[in-house]
Amino acid sequence: MWFYEDAPIGVTAELGTQTVSAEEIVRFGRAYDPQPFHVDEAAARASLYGGLIASGWQTAGLFMRTFVAYNDRLSAEMAARGEAVAKVGASPGFEGLTWPRPVRPGDRLTFFSTPADKRPLASRPGWGLVMFDNAGRNQNGEPVLRFRSKVFIERRER
Amino acid sequence: MTGLAFEDLEVGRDYPLGSYAVTREEIIAFAADFDPQPFHLDEAAAADSMFGGLAASGWHTAAMAMRLMYDGVIAGSTAAGGLGVDRLDWRRPVRPGDTLIGRLRVVDKRLSQSRPGFGIVRAEVVVENGDGETVLTMVAPALFGLREAGA
Repeated sequence: MWFYEDAPIGVTAELGTQTVSAEEIVRFGRAYDPQPFHVDEAAARASLYGGLIASGWQTAGLFMRTFVAYNDRLSAEMAARGEAVAKVGASPGFEGLTWPRPVRPGDRLTFFSTPADKRPLASRPGWGLVMFDNAGRNQNGEPVLRFRSKVFIERRER
Repeated sequence: MTGLAFEDLEVGRDYPLGSYAVTREEIIAFAADFDPQPFHLDEAAAADSMFGGLAASGWHTAAMAMRLMYDGVIAGSTAAGGLGVDRLDWRRPVRPGDTLIGRLRVVDKRLSQSRPGFGIVRAEVVVENGDGETVLTMVAPALFGLREAGA
């Protein structure tokens, strides 16, 4: 990852694309969110959603998987250029998460992330807090996820 | 099965959510699927990180909170899906061997304008580890069907 000082505020990165299958939706649903419309095709058809949909927490997890893969690629490219690579730390949380449309089996989700703001942290020397506006869209360009996350990013200057 | 409908959920009331035992195997399996960062996968790398030891992905903690909500309130209810999360805070790392316990407080509710027969219930959820420390808080709105759909 780039260092806190170098955060490209306002620049959107396309993180990557994930496909989600019915099997993955049902497996996640059974473990963490076994509402009928996440685990049972017939019950899902009779629900508000008219068919099986992914738990919103699975959609958020797919975002995270894509973000981690993006950061791994970015960091490898920086290292190959001989640049120092910043560590990504914990996240204290997020705000304003919405699932504008359901995610259905076979959907191809593309995720995006934009550093929107940042601030130094008096309490954690060596780290700063970066706020990211995150989004996911399906294969039709329709939004399926939005949220604003906060992530600790290593500082170049202590 | 709680059998709760929109009409039954009382603003200001706390609903207990039961417990969830967190294992090392599940922390690593979830992280491998959704958040493969070293501090969620590997004890030695985690010891050297901001977490100071293996910690669950925050998304795993959120998923476990969802399971607590399902078991405590949603199972058998008229719940019809979450609408989002106003705010979620990860207060402390969740560790192997923690037993998460939760409670849900209804903070407000209203009839849905766009979906007749449904209402929107906004809940504050608090999840603690076995030592009484808060690990996650969130405020989230969800749709619940009315018991009397024509009412």
